[in-house]
Amino acid sequence: MHSERAGLGLRIAALGGLLFLHLPILLIFLYAFTTEERTYAFPPPGLTTEWFAAAWNRPDIWEAMALSLKVALIATLIAMVLGTLVSAAMSRATFFGREQISLLIILPIALPGVITGMSLRSAFGMAGIDFSTLTIILGHATFCIVIVYNNAVARFRRLSGGVMEASADLGANAFQTFWHILLPNLGTALLAGGMLAFALSFDEVIVTTFTAGQQTTLPIWMLEELIRPRQRPVTNVVAMIVFAATFLPILAAYYLTRNGSETAGGGK
Amino acid sequence: MTAAVEFQSVSRHFGRPNAPVKAVDAVDLTIAEGAFFAMLGPSGSGKTTCLRLISGFEKPTSGAIRIFGQDVSDVPPNRRSVNTVFQDYALFPHLNVRDNVAYGLMVKGMARRARYDRAEEMLSLVKLADYGDRKPAQLSGGQRQRVALARALVNEPRVLLLDEPLGALDLKLRETMQDELKSLQQRLGITFVFVTHDQNEALSMADSLAVFNKGKIAQIGTPAEIYAKPRTRFVADFVGSSNVLPPDLTALLGGPKQWASLRPENTRLAVPTAEASGTVTALRYLGASTRVLMQMNGTEIAVLVPAGQPLPNQGDVSGISFDAGSLHVMAVGLDGEA
Repeated sequence: MHSERAGLGLRIAALGGLLFLHLPILLIFLYAFTTEERTYAFPPPGLTTEWFAAAWNRPDIWEAMALSLKVALIATLIAMVLGTLVSAAMSRATFFGREQISLLIILPIALPGVITGMSLRSAFGMAGIDFSTLTIILGHATFCIVIVYNNAVARFRRLSGGVMEASADLGANAFQTFWHILLPNLGTALLAGGMLAFALSFDEVIVTTFTAGQQTTLPIWMLEELIRPRQRPVTNVVAMIVFAATFLPILAAYYLTRNGSETAGGGK
Repeated sequence: MTAAVEFQSVSRHFGRPNAPVKAVDAVDLTIAEGAFFAMLGPSGSGKTTCLRLISGFEKPTSGAIRIFGQDVSDVPPNRRSVNTVFQDYALFPHLNVRDNVAYGLMVKGMARRARYDRAEEMLSLVKLADYGDRKPAQLSGGQRQRVALARALVNEPRVLLLDEPLGALDLKLRETMQDELKSLQQRLGITFVFVTHDQNEALSMADSLAVFNKGKIAQIGTPAEIYAKPRTRFVADFVGSSNVLPPDLTALLGGPKQWASLRPENTRLAVPTAEASGTVTALRYLGASTRVLMQMNGTEIAVLVPAGQPLPNQGDVSGISFDAGSLHVMAVGLDGEA
């Protein structure tokens, strides 16, 4: 008989792999509670929640967090508008070079962040644009658009092209078709794309490094903090916040698109 | 009486202006009010483009289209008094059946209560009274077809366009729906314009039909006219697989030296003559009759032998006979198909 259970060796290897991936994260959480400020001695000599209060009272954390939120929100918003428009255009029209353009749209996500960052930095420099919050947002928008585009284009493909025409045929104007037909069918895909884009922007380091001036986003702040630590466990507290801010949207996006694919598939 | 739909030398060309694809080429067409009008033709013959010209999803490259006398060249689809039953039904997947049917009334601003009442009325008309709460994905093909019909009819269109509405259904369901569509049209008195590539469907349902070929109308008339008196080889061939006789063979069989058509059911097997004899190449049993194929003077001739009559064997040499009135001489060349 063929057994459904994997062999013991394989199970140990799988467990080992999972531990290797996730134990460090748990350690970060653990050291957010340690009483030892200088080193990461194991086991921690004692446990305390004082670092949460310390983090709360550090204005530099608040500033960095506010900037990260602002950048992620605006970049996501730009991506949702542009990504939706591009996906609508790409799924409706057929024109010469369509495949090539589709590749160009997806390219920023495949491109190493260093390249994106470098090219943007030199482009901004040549155009005489000062590095600011705006340049960070633009840098992030380049890859956020791709996430939204990919989600939306998949949904457009499932949505039978006739329904837009059917809506017009039944007397709806363009706005009514958008509101009553397109948006409900696209909604979850856009929300999922937006959440993923937000998560991606929130913890982005490389492109930010190239496109930021004096601004410090939360991930950049953490990097600096690890190099020149003041209150080491505070960094761990912030790490937990970043974890929550990025993991929860991704989880939500996963559930949104999972349900969407079940209902939207058979509606032809 | 004003015509429901009128085409005046309408063309629709696609592609580059210097090498256009003439999907619809200088078509003149008049559809009477209250008619059940079929547009019949093979795929790519321009019939669907004609339908989309009426619904407004295509604009004519040249020519004028009038709906009940009104020139609709600048009227967008959402402001035309026509509704369409789409080929793939195009139901809204996120709305239930009731909201699908009520959609046209909703976008016109009718109150919820009133539009749901109308939707339920329409659903009973298409025999789906208890299906209002279902989603399109939970319906069978035939049921979706009825929802699409109800969704179009609820707007009280003056012309209903149907784009191969029965194409996706199996044979038995298709026949039921043919009867229902026909009786619905008679009851409502709305003009139906129906696109199909199925000649039997067109012949059995339509009051009049246009046969399309290569962007032009090859012939327009009642089903009986088109079946009995095809004007061109193409029509004879496409509408009910007629025998098409080249001039030489027509002459050998005692007609004028012209192209002619001869229906298989009007042809009988006979003793071979010196002028016209052929070899039986195949027999196909069809139930009520058997279709005998023979080669005569290089042309394939089909003869329908009713059940119970003696059948030849493959390879036998036989002649054919027919009543003089059955041979229909065609005015060929009218659609470039000479």
